[in-house]
Amino acid sequence: MAHPLEIRVVSKRFDDPSAATLKGYLASDGYKALEKALKMKPEAIIEEVKTSALRGRGGAGFPTGLKWSFIPRQSPKPKYVVCNADESEPGTCKDRLIMQFDPFSLLEGMAIAGIAIGAERGFIYVRGEYRYLIDILDRAIAEAYDAGYLGKKLRGTNFHFDLMTHTGAGAYECGEESALLESLEGKRGIPRIKPPFPATSGLYGCPTVINNVETLASVPHIILNGGEWFLKLGLPKAGGVKLTCLSGHVHNPGVYELPLGFPMRRLIEEIGGGVQGGALKAVVPGGSSTPLLNAEEALGVNLDFDSVAKLGSFLGSGGVVVVNDRTCMVKFAKRIIHFYRHESCGWCVPCREGTNWLELTLTRFHLGGGRSEDIDVMFDVAQSILGRTLCALGDAAAMPTISIIQKWRQEFEDHLAGRPCPYEREFAHA
Amino acid sequence: MSVFSPTLDAKLTRLAEAYPQRRSALVPMLLYAQDELGWLTPEAIREIAERLGETELAVRETISYYSMLRTHPVGRYHVQVCTNISCLLRGGEELLQHCRKRLGLEQRDVTPDGVFSIEEVECIGACSWAPALQVNYDFHQNLDPARADQVLAEYRQKA
Amino acid sequence: MPENNSVHLTIDGRAITVPAGTLLIEACRAVNIEVPCFCYYPNLSVQAACRMCLVEIEKMPKLQTACTVPVAEGMVVRTDTPTVHKARKTTNEFLLTNHPLDCPVCDKGGECELQDMTLTYGTGTGRFDEPKRHRDEQQWSPVVFYDRPRCILCYRCVRVCGEGMDVWALGVGNRAILSTILPNAGDHLECEECGMCIDICPVGALTSGAYRYKTRPWEMKHVGAICTFCGDGCRTTLGVRNDRIIRGDNRDASGINGEFLCIKGRYGFDFTQHAERLKTPLARIDGELKPVSWAQALETVARRWRAIQQQGGRFGVIGSTRALNEESYQLQRLARQVLGTNNIDHHRSADLPTLYDALAGTSATGSAPPLAAAASLKTASAVLLVGGDPTYEHPLLAWNVRWGYRLSGTRLYVLHHREIKLRRQAHRMAVVAEGAEGAAVRYLAGQGGAVAARLSAVGPAEEKRYPQLPPPDPQPISGGLEEFKAELEKESNVVIIFGSELRGDDIRALVALGGRLAGQTRYIGLADHSNSHGAADMGLYPDLLPGYESVSDAAARGRFEALWGARLPAEAGLNQREMAEALDRGELAALYVVGANPLRLDPVNPANLRRSFLVVQDLFLTETAKEADIVLPALAAYEKTGTLTNTCGEVQATRRAAAWPGGKSDLEIIHALARLMGVDFGRPDPDRVFAEIRAHVKGYNVSVVQLAAGRSALAVPLNGAVPHRSAPHLIRSNHDTLFSDGTLGRYSHAINEVMEKRLLLPGQAR
Ligand SMILES: Cc1cc2nc3c(=O)[nH]c(=O)nc-3n(C[C@H](O)[C@H](O)[C@H](O)COP(=O)(O)O)c2cc1C
Ligand code: SF4
Ligand code: SF4
Ligand code: SF4
Ligand code: FES
Ligand code: FES
Repeated sequence: MAHPLEIRVVSKRFDDPSAATLKGYLASDGYKALEKALKMKPEAIIEEVKTSALRGRGGAGFPTGLKWSFIPRQSPKPKYVVCNADESEPGTCKDRLIMQFDPFSLLEGMAIAGIAIGAERGFIYVRGEYRYLIDILDRAIAEAYDAGYLGKKLRGTNFHFDLMTHTGAGAYECGEESALLESLEGKRGIPRIKPPFPATSGLYGCPTVINNVETLASVPHIILNGGEWFLKLGLPKAGGVKLTCLSGHVHNPGVYELPLGFPMRRLIEEIGGGVQGGALKAVVPGGSSTPLLNAEEALGVNLDFDSVAKLGSFLGSGGVVVVNDRTCMVKFAKRIIHFYRHESCGWCVPCREGTNWLELTLTRFHLGGGRSEDIDVMFDVAQSILGRTLCALGDAAAMPTISIIQKWRQEFEDHLAGRPCPYEREFAHA
Repeated sequence: MSVFSPTLDAKLTRLAEAYPQRRSALVPMLLYAQDELGWLTPEAIREIAERLGETELAVRETISYYSMLRTHPVGRYHVQVCTNISCLLRGGEELLQHCRKRLGLEQRDVTPDGVFSIEEVECIGACSWAPALQVNYDFHQNLDPARADQVLAEYRQKA
Repeated sequence: MPENNSVHLTIDGRAITVPAGTLLIEACRAVNIEVPCFCYYPNLSVQAACRMCLVEIEKMPKLQTACTVPVAEGMVVRTDTPTVHKARKTTNEFLLTNHPLDCPVCDKGGECELQDMTLTYGTGTGRFDEPKRHRDEQQWSPVVFYDRPRCILCYRCVRVCGEGMDVWALGVGNRAILSTILPNAGDHLECEECGMCIDICPVGALTSGAYRYKTRPWEMKHVGAICTFCGDGCRTTLGVRNDRIIRGDNRDASGINGEFLCIKGRYGFDFTQHAERLKTPLARIDGELKPVSWAQALETVARRWRAIQQQGGRFGVIGSTRALNEESYQLQRLARQVLGTNNIDHHRSADLPTLYDALAGTSATGSAPPLAAAASLKTASAVLLVGGDPTYEHPLLAWNVRWGYRLSGTRLYVLHHREIKLRRQAHRMAVVAEGAEGAAVRYLAGQGGAVAARLSAVGPAEEKRYPQLPPPDPQPISGGLEEFKAELEKESNVVIIFGSELRGDDIRALVALGGRLAGQTRYIGLADHSNSHGAADMGLYPDLLPGYESVSDAAARGRFEALWGARLPAEAGLNQREMAEALDRGELAALYVVGANPLRLDPVNPANLRRSFLVVQDLFLTETAKEADIVLPALAAYEKTGTLTNTCGEVQATRRAAAWPGGKSDLEIIHALARLMGVDFGRPDPDRVFAEIRAHVKGYNVSVVQLAAGRSALAVPLNGAVPHRSAPHLIRSNHDTLFSDGTLGRYSHAINEVMEKRLLLPGQAR
C-alpha cells in the first residue's frame, strides 16, 4: 500500500497483480511510451531523457541522457543495452520489486533505450539469487515477443530489439559495470581498465549502454509524460522520484518512492514510524558503500544527490539503513568490511590485502584485543585503499570505514585493551 | 554421453547458441547444471568445457570466482542466512545461530542425512524485510526464531 | 621520428618527447626515472593490478597507474611527491601482509623484486600484526612448484604462459584474499614445461624443481653458454657452483633469445652430471670395454690407425652436430690431412648445400644477405613456414614468430601436412598430403600444377588446449592453395622457414618462389641440433670443404693445402650411409665417430662391425659406443669455450661453465691424435682455431667484438654455385620434441621426468 507521502511512478503498478501480464500492463498505459518512441527520432528520445534530468539509480548517479549520448551514432559493430539487475549493495532491495511487479516496464524501457542508441539487442543481468525474477522476466519477455513488443520489426516498424535474461552466480563485484560485462562474457568478474568506457568498448568490445533497473524502468514514464513532467516531480538537477529502501532500526521498514529532495527526517519519523529500540545514532544514506551520517547530519539532510554530497556522502543506491544508539559501531564497521573483503574480486592489491587487514584488525579489536595505535593504523589502511584501486569497490570499502572511525572514534577507544564490546549485551535484538 | 538430463541437455544447448559469443553461456550453464546435480562434478565441468570449446582451466577459473557455484555437495535444502547490515540490525546473527542449532549444524555445514546445509551469506536483497534467508532460491523474510522454525519444519516435511 | 607522431610531456620537471602511444611508465624509463612496478611487464598485456606504479598527473584528481596511461601532449607528471611515496610505501606494505617473509630460505632471496622494492620503497617495520594465511606449497610438475603465500598475484606467469607461450596453462582461481594461481590440470600442470613462468615471477612463488633450495644466487658464478640442444642457439646463463651447473635461465636477456628458454635450455643441463656419464677412456679388452688411461687409449688409437694406413685400409669419420665449430673444423682437417680421406659426414637434417647453391644464382646475393636471423622473425611483416614444427622442434623460432604475430602484426603462412600448433597464429594455413609440400611449393612458385590442399581454420579463437589435439584427418580439397597463393603474393620482405620436408629440388623451387615475392626474401632452413648448421659450414661433408667449397675444386683445395702444408684428397668420399654400408661389407677398416650415434640411424650387423676398428668419442655409452674398440670420454658443450652456428646461420660464442674431470674436449682429443699421428695442429686453443676459420672459411669473417659482446653474427657462406652431390635421402630430421633431443635428451632427468613426454603422441604434437 502506498504511503501518502509517496509519489508513485516506477512503483505505480506495484499493487496491481495483473501488471505482470501483458494484458494487465497494456490496460495501465503499458507500451504507450514505446509506441510513441517508435515514431520519434532517436536523438529526440535522448533529448527527452536529458530534459528529465534522470540520473542513474544504480549508485553513481550519472545523468542517463548524457550517458546515452556518448554512444557513437555510426558504428560498424553492433550496439547493446545491458540492464544491471545485480542489485547486491547491502541495504538495497528495490529493483527486485520492479522486476517482480512491473517487469514489462523494464522491457519497455530497454526497448526504448535500444531505439535511442541504435541497439538491436539487450541483456538483463540478474543476480543469481533472484531466480524467481528470471522466471517472471522470461515469461514477460515471451509475451512481449508474441505481441511484437520485442524481436524483429517492433510493432511493424523497422526497429528490432531482442532481449534475454542472464543469470549471475553470486558476486557483488559483478554489479560494477565493467565486471558485469566480463561476467556476461562468461569470465571472472574482474573490472576492466578504463578508458575505454562501455559506451565505446563494452560488451564484446562493442558500444554498450549499461543502466540500472530503476533507471530503465523510469524511461517509459518519461517518454510518455515528457521529460519536463518527470523533472518537476523532483529537483532541477536530479529530476523525478526515486525508490528508497528503508531498513534497519525503524518501525516501518519498506521501499518507498519519494521525490528527490525529500527530507531524511520525515522519511525516518513519518514514513518509518521512528527509530526502533533506542535513539538515532547513525544512518547509512545510500547502501553500505556510502559514508555514514551521524544523527545530526541525518536529521538535517534532504534525500538528493547534492545535499548528501555536501556531507561527504552519497545518495548511492537508495538504501537507507537506520542505526540506533544501542549498536556497536565497531561491530558495524567490521560487518561492513567483512562484506567487502568477501566480495573483493582480488585483482588489485590495496583492495584485496587492505580489506583483509581491516577485517582481521577490526575482529581482534571488537573482541577486546585492541591497542590504541590500531585505530590510526586502520584509519590509515582505509585511506590507503581510497582512490588507489582499479574499481570503485575499494573506495566502497574504505569510505564507510573512514567515516565510522572519524565519527565514532570514542567507541573504538571504549573497546581498548582487554575490554570486550560495551554494547554486546544489548546488541542482541528482537 | 551427457551427464545431464535430456531437458537440461536441451536447455544447455539452447543457451550455448543464444549469445553472440558462446562463452557468454558459461555462468548460466554452470548454475543450471548445479541446480540439477547439486554441485559441479568433475564430469559436469568437463562436459560444459567441451560444449563451449573452452579449457577446463577456464571453466574452473570462472567457477571459483562465483560464490554460488560450488565444487562440493551441499544439502538438498541449502539454507542461506543473511547477516549483512540491515539483517544484522534486526537479528540476522541470532537467526543464523538459531537455524544452526535447530538443524544440528553447530559444528558442521551439512546434516548427515544430506537434507539440510547452512551458509552465512551476504545481502540477498531483502533488507527492508530483514532478517531474511533463502532456502535454495526461495525467500523467507521478516523472520524471528518462531517463524524460522516453521519454515524449516516445512522443508523437513517435504524431504 | 616525425614530429606529429611525438608527444611532449613533463615528468618531474623534465621536458621529454616520446612517440605517441608510449605508456607513461616507459616514458619515465626512457629518461631513467624509475617507477616501481610488479604487474607491468614489457610486451605483455597491462593489468593495473599491483598499484605500485601510481603517479600524480596534473588535473587528475586521483593517482594514476603509469603502466596503463598513455602519454598525452602537455601532460605534467610527478613521480616524487609525498603522496606518491606514501602510496608506494603502503602498497608495498599491503603486499607483505600475507607474505611469509621467509627470504632466508627462499630461492629468490638476493634476486627478488619484492625484496628489492621493500628496501627501496618500503617501511622499515610492518604495521600488520595479524595471523598470515598459510597454504602448503604445491608441486605442479617435476620442474614447477608453487608457493601461494609468497605469490603477490602480479599475473605475469599467467600472461607469459598464455600470451607468450600460447599454452594458457595457468589461470587465476577464487577471488578476494583467497585468490590464487591455478594450474590447468586441476592439481598439476600439463604444459610445455618451459619454466618461463618461473623466470618471470618477481618473487619466489614459482620455483623450479631443478634448482629449489640447492643454493643461493650469490653463491654461484654465472656463465653465459649457448644451449647445446636444439638448433636455435639460445643463450642459457648457467649458475655454477664447485664446477657443477646448478641452474639455467636467461633472466638477463643476454642472448639472441631475449628472456626466452624452453625446458631443454633451462633444465636439460643436468645430463652433465648423469650417473652414466663416461669418466675414463675405455678399451675393448678380451671382448669387453674396460677402463684404461688416456695415454693408453690415445696411443692405441694412433697405433691402430697407423697400421691401417700402412695396410692401405679405408677410414671413415662421422662428426658431431653439437661439437663446436672449432672442433668440427679440426675434425675435417684430421680426416682430410691426417687420415687422408674425404669419407667424412655428419647427421644431416637440413639440405643447406642446396639452399646455398640455389641462392647463389639469385639477385639477392651481393645486397643484404638472404639469410634471416632468429630475431628478424619478431618484426617480419610476413613469414612463410613450410614443414617443420617450430613449437616443438625450434622453440625459440616459434616464440619469435608468435611475438611478431602479437606485437608486430606479422602475417604467418603455414604450409604443412599437419595441423601444427602455429596455425593459431596463421593468417593462412594450407594442409596438404604428407610428402606433398614440395609439389605445393612448386605450385606456389608457378612451376607446377594444382595440389590438393585444404585451408585450415586459423586464429587465436581456437581452443587453447594442451596438448594440442589436431582435428581429425584433414580432407584435402582441391584448389585451396589458390587463395593461399594469392594472399602470399601480396607480401613483401618475407622470411621463409622450411623444414626437412623440403630438400633437393624442392628447395630450388622454394628459392624460385622467394624470388617471385616482392622485396627481399630471406630463408631459414631448420636443422636439428645446436651445431648442425656449423657442422655443415665446417665441411663435414664427403664432397665439401669448409665454406661449401668443392673438394674437387683445385683452387679451393689448394688454399687449404697451402694453409696446412699438406696434400688433400681430391675425390669425394663416402657419405654417412655409404660408410655404414661399407662397414657392413667389411670395407671400412676404421671408423672415427665424434659425438654422434650413427648406428642408430644406419644399423650395421655387429658381427661385421667387429672387423673394423671403431673409435667413439662421446659423453655416454651410446649404441655406437657400445660397439667401439676405444671409447673416449668427451666434454659437453657447457664445459667448453668456442663458437656455434645456429639454424639461422648465426655464429655465437659459448663459454666454459663447468668441468668434468675425466673428460677431454673434442678439440684436445683431435689435436692429441693428430700429434700422435705425426701432424702438429698446434695448441688446442679455440681462439686460434677460430681465427683460422675467420680467415679461411667463406662467410665466417665475422666480428669477434660482436661475438665477445654476446651478440650473434650471421655467417653467410654464399660463394657461387655449390657443386654438391645432393642426397635428399640423407636429410633425416630427428624431429626431436621439447622433451627429447637425440642422445643427450635421454640423459636429462628434468626432460625425462615430465609427464608430457608421455602425453605427446607421435605425429600429434611432436
Ligand atoms: C562495486 C560496485 C557494485 C555495483 N553494484 C551495482 C548493482 O548491483 N546494481 C547497479 O545497478 N549498479 C551497481 N553499480 C553501479 C554500476 O557500476 C553502474 O554505475 C550502474 O549500473 C550504471 O547504471 P545507472 O547509470 O543506471 O545507475 C555498482 C558499482 C560498483 C563499483
Ligand atoms: S578495487 Fe580492485 S580488488 Fe577490489 S574489487 Fe575493484 S578491482 Fe577488484
Ligand atoms: S612451464 Fe611454461 S608452459 Fe608450463 S605453465 Fe609455465 S610458462 Fe606455461
Ligand atoms: S606466481 Fe609469481 S608471477 Fe605468478 S602471479 Fe604469483 S608472484 Fe606473479
Ligand atoms: S542486509 Fe540482509 S538482505 Fe540485505
Ligand atoms: S605496474 Fe602499474 S599497476 Fe602494477
